[in-house]
Amino acid sequence: MLKYTARRLVYSVIILFFVMFLIYVLMSCMPSGYVETKARELASRPGATKSYAEWLDDLNAQYGMDKGIVGGYFIWLGNALRGNWGDSWAWTIPVTQEFHNTVWYSFALGLAAFILEILIAIPLGITAAKKQYGFTDYFTTVVAMICISLPTFFLATLLKYVFAIKLGWFELAGMQSRNYMNLSDFGKILDVAKHFVLPLITLVVISIGGLMRYTRTNMLEVLNADYIRTARAKGVPERKVINHHAFRNTLIPLVTMLGGSLPGLFSGALITETLFSIRGIGYASYTSMTQADIPFIMFYLSFLSVLTLLGNLISDLLYAVVDPRVRLN
Amino acid sequence: MEEMKKEPAANSEYVLEVKNLVKWFPIKSGIIKKTVGNVKAVDGVSFKIRRGETMGLVGESGCGKSTCGRTILRLLEKTSGEVLLEGVDVFSLSKEELRKMRPRMQIVFQDPYSSLSPRLPIGEIIGEAVREHHIVPPEEFDDYITRVMEVCGLPEYYKERYPHEFSGGQRQRICIARALALSPDFIVCDEPVSALDVSIQAQIINLLRKLQKDFGLTYLFISHDLSVVEHISDTVGVMYLGSMVEYAETGKIFANPMNPYTKALFSAIPIPDPAAKINRIILEGSIPSPANPPSGCKFHTRCRECMEVCRYAVPEWLEAEEGHFCACHLYDDAEAKARAEQVMAEAKAKEKEAAETAKKEAG
Repeated sequence: MLKYTARRLVYSVIILFFVMFLIYVLMSCMPSGYVETKARELASRPGATKSYAEWLDDLNAQYGMDKGIVGGYFIWLGNALRGNWGDSWAWTIPVTQEFHNTVWYSFALGLAAFILEILIAIPLGITAAKKQYGFTDYFTTVVAMICISLPTFFLATLLKYVFAIKLGWFELAGMQSRNYMNLSDFGKILDVAKHFVLPLITLVVISIGGLMRYTRTNMLEVLNADYIRTARAKGVPERKVINHHAFRNTLIPLVTMLGGSLPGLFSGALITETLFSIRGIGYASYTSMTQADIPFIMFYLSFLSVLTLLGNLISDLLYAVVDPRVRLN
Repeated sequence: MEEMKKEPAANSEYVLEVKNLVKWFPIKSGIIKKTVGNVKAVDGVSFKIRRGETMGLVGESGCGKSTCGRTILRLLEKTSGEVLLEGVDVFSLSKEELRKMRPRMQIVFQDPYSSLSPRLPIGEIIGEAVREHHIVPPEEFDDYITRVMEVCGLPEYYKERYPHEFSGGQRQRICIARALALSPDFIVCDEPVSALDVSIQAQIINLLRKLQKDFGLTYLFISHDLSVVEHISDTVGVMYLGSMVEYAETGKIFANPMNPYTKALFSAIPIPDPAAKINRIILEGSIPSPANPPSGCKFHTRCRECMEVCRYAVPEWLEAEEGHFCACHLYDDAEAKARAEQVMAEAKAKEKEAAETAKKEAG
């Protein structure tokens, strides 16, 4: 197990090297670079002393863009390995700081949505499978289909209309109330939490359908297996048949799916965050992307790559835990 | 294993009585799931099994043998009929009573690969229900499981292993140990050796026989392998398309098969002698759909000795000779013949009438 983990980690490092290189190449090939935009702006200022071409050369040298793509990548990589991720061009602060400023909002939102999703979707899926072709099954299927099909912006707008405008229970957008600064520490937490309710509902509703259907399908497959019939024939109580025999075997595909959602916790929810004006990582990365902010995007995507690779490794390791047939070597 | 050798309850000679058991699977179609027909998997089957004996149930694929076995154990709900296990009507029990009853009636499935949960170690597979039903006191549990496994030829150290580590024969031993651990009176063996190599088949059959002798078990042995059935059974029932067509003691039925279907079936048994001349009866056509079985005798579409009456009247279940039951018009006594002919006459009259109406409408 240890040897396996070590080998997988070595592979991951190699994969990571190439993934980051690819991202760097793609970022450098973007049609409108940050430097070009900046140079054009400086050159067209009233009283500009240098032409566009001169500014471009100047800025390229300043931002380290004159070393070519491969050279630039290795300079970036060398700095990154020393822990120096550079300053964000768009935000003009160190990228790690901008990341730190935004990611925790996204993480809190993502984690809460993830937990709620599991708590709601998996039991629903199991119930639907138990009552296959019954009313419950059809009802949950219809609900799941609606959830899957709802576009985020539509659902978010609907929720805002009903709960913020008509009922006035929550605020339309933002993360803090106007009197935030006057609240006690506990009051501040409550205030932010209250602002996160609608985004949370949005995220949970759109993600619940898929997981529920996935659980149902896998559960049905297991419930039709002979060993479930064996368990019933030996007089094991139905509750135990479902929990002990059936659900345990359903865990195998579920773990793969959930292991893959680890990066999702940090990647932020671009549309939801934008709609509710939450300054999370999804929103920040989108802004950086449009401004070709190479240092920030490189950091953000490297971070996600690491998490994706880790998520894969974790789900592979969890396989061995949930499925005794799997021996890792 | 002394505790498992229990004295027979002795309230009845028969462990199992099946009376006119019917199991139909509805065919549903359309949005509102209207029942448009029924697959008549088991269509009125009756038999009894004596204590400590084995009844073989044979027939070709899809004739309802397995459904019959599963319905007897109420793994499937019946459509009508009655199943008495030790005098208790299995279908009258509540869910909880049925669960309490489970240890007394067990089943060994055909496929030992899929009937063991891949996530549980062997000791747990065998022991789970033992614990659940308090078969032995907790302090004797481990010891008990070890002994059950030993009886079935499984060494103790297998307990911690998982099903995928075993071969088919070993897995079937595990399935048998699992059933045996609950100290049952009656075991349905649903084609327990069909998935195994011939050499392993013999081992498993002999294990089943040994267990029967040692613990006084009663078996319903479902199989399509006639030589296996001949070897293990005391009595044999032959099924065709959901109905029992012949039933007798093993010796009698193999020496003198009466129903043309049984004759055809038994003629297919290979004889291990290259010089022997085999007079095979080859049935033509395939088995009709159980959703729409032929009228009259269900076998008449493929029967070599089909008579006119067979197409209209369902043959009665009669004792053709002592202890030898058969449903075939060839063996009708005078009374049955008269009844069958009357049914035929009525059916013909109806047919004629229908034909005339059709003619009129056409004209």
